[in-house]
Amino acid sequence: MRPVYVVSGGVSKFAKSRPDKTFQAIVKEAYDYAIADLSIDFPTFTHLVDGSVASYFSDHFTRQLMAGIMVQDYLGLCPKPGHRVEGGGATGGLCFQEAWKSVASGHMDVCVAYGFETMSHVETWKGNEFIALASDVSFDYPVGGFYSGYYAMMVTRHMKEYDTTVEQMAYVSVKNHINAYHNPYAQKRNRYTVEDVRNAPMVAWPLTRLDICVMSDGAACTILASEEGVHRLESAGANIPRPLVKITGIGRGTDAMRMADRPHVSYDDFMENYATEQERNSEETREYYAQLWEHGTRYPGVHSFRAGRTAGNMAYRMAGIHDPLHELDFIELHDAYTSSEIQTYEDLGLCRYGEGGPFAQSGKVFMPGIDYGLDLASAPVCPVNPSGGLIACGHPVGATGLMQAVFAAWQIQGTIGKHFKDSTLQVKDARHGAIHSHAGTGTYVTVSILARED
Amino acid sequence: MADLPTQRDETLGGYIVHNIPFPAGPAGTIDAQMQAFLKSLTPISIEQEYKITYLHSYAQDSPWFAALTNRRLLASQNPQSGYTYANPRGHDMYSGENTVWIDITDRKASIHAFTVCYFGSEEFLPETPFILALIEFEGVDTLLLTRLLGVDPFTPTLDWIGMEVTPRFLRNSKLKPTDVYFIPK
Repeated sequence: MRPVYVVSGGVSKFAKSRPDKTFQAIVKEAYDYAIADLSIDFPTFTHLVDGSVASYFSDHFTRQLMAGIMVQDYLGLCPKPGHRVEGGGATGGLCFQEAWKSVASGHMDVCVAYGFETMSHVETWKGNEFIALASDVSFDYPVGGFYSGYYAMMVTRHMKEYDTTVEQMAYVSVKNHINAYHNPYAQKRNRYTVEDVRNAPMVAWPLTRLDICVMSDGAACTILASEEGVHRLESAGANIPRPLVKITGIGRGTDAMRMADRPHVSYDDFMENYATEQERNSEETREYYAQLWEHGTRYPGVHSFRAGRTAGNMAYRMAGIHDPLHELDFIELHDAYTSSEIQTYEDLGLCRYGEGGPFAQSGKVFMPGIDYGLDLASAPVCPVNPSGGLIACGHPVGATGLMQAVFAAWQIQGTIGKHFKDSTLQVKDARHGAIHSHAGTGTYVTVSILARED
Repeated sequence: MADLPTQRDETLGGYIVHNIPFPAGPAGTIDAQMQAFLKSLTPISIEQEYKITYLHSYAQDSPWFAALTNRRLLASQNPQSGYTYANPRGHDMYSGENTVWIDITDRKASIHAFTVCYFGSEEFLPETPFILALIEFEGVDTLLLTRLLGVDPFTPTLDWIGMEVTPRFLRNSKLKPTDVYFIPK
């Protein structure tokens, strides 16, 4: 595989509703931004780009089949090659990785990955129904299809297994909303307290409205290139910041659509097939897990995402990451729910399974230099969702994973201040970052590692 | 050549609109002022209805629904390994072999996880608040998603997890998985 670089990106403003533009034109906002950031003009880029990958989740929201080709057409990319990918909430992450494949394989030298969702065309409860159709329509959906309900069941089990608390989940909401206060692309830029989160209307016990991301209209776009592609762009006058942002790791995992069908594996199976390198190499951690199993914990059950653990382990192996908490400078992860951010800390090996709650409260995943109004015991180590994540930025499904890629690339370029007009969220000397995209109840998960090439 | 219609019939459906703005000017010309006016026009939104009836086959899973109409709860089992799925599944995910049906109606059952939905998808909004629960059965390796009744949806507690439950069946079957639900034993 050839080296692949993220050379530019753009994000539309995520909003509750964008009736002013069609989905094609919203994508073009992000696309134009990415091209302009390269300091080349539209026709020049059109000439240089080899093809595209399109990302959007639901044909229901647009009431339009083959919407991808309509974007391709609008962007002036016809007749270049392109295709659409779809994998629920992970659609954007899958799209990013498909674009990486196109370049890494040598099929393309410059590939654009664009994604969008326009979720405002239906009422929120109908939108919830569309999303819930991403559960088995014979056995799960008819029982009361509602994703917030599915995640709430996971977290009641997590709470029972590990004594995770609703206050620990609220810390995630406070962090992500306050981070987004400094992100002009975010849909919700509010300062909340733990009490605000807990006093918000209850949606699915114990998740309140402020534990849950919102539906959005929005688009995002990244431009990936090989070394030859970088040379080709620069020869045409493109300004690509140095050091380059290289994609060093790609990982994916899957799990059963019906979360009820997920296995409950033995300790030995867990250690052999799912434990991180760090966990396997620590006698103390092996003993910790042995005690969890002694008390009845089984893996993954419904409290953990083995797709996320599989994707993380795969990406870390490829990128040479051995201690993610200390080797990654930041992570943009799929926090559709505060509870799933906590579950994902564990999946990604930032802490051990069962320790996600206290870890959320510790301060290790907060941004330095921001007053959260919380008493945090530890200094920041690896900020998670410095952008504000899905909870505050919004979740226009097909755009979300690409939004993460754009923000991650800007972090590593050191250009957050330029793009946000505010440097508060710039992670100092960011060299390695991870993006994590997650579908369904943990059915498809992608993890990609981006790194500064020094 | 016969007379062919050159005008579409007007129908009673559609939108009756008054005073949608449009800049005045001579036909065949859009000057700069008109251009600016059109570019700033408030978006026009219309309703589009989308309604479909599907004929959905439960196919190889049909016996599970047939059992519910007879007040029985089936599960799928790999006869070689004994691995048992609470949901119907025609083939075992580990061996790829055909599964067989077993009856778990009277198996000891308890709540593995639950939630109370105070909000929901459009189809289920009239039923809020309702309780979703994942049920674990003795000797069964996976769980079953179901509705839980008989506990107060306004006072949920983690103590419900582990509570023994028993299945009940609708008398008038809807041929849906909600033909079975669970109540505290």
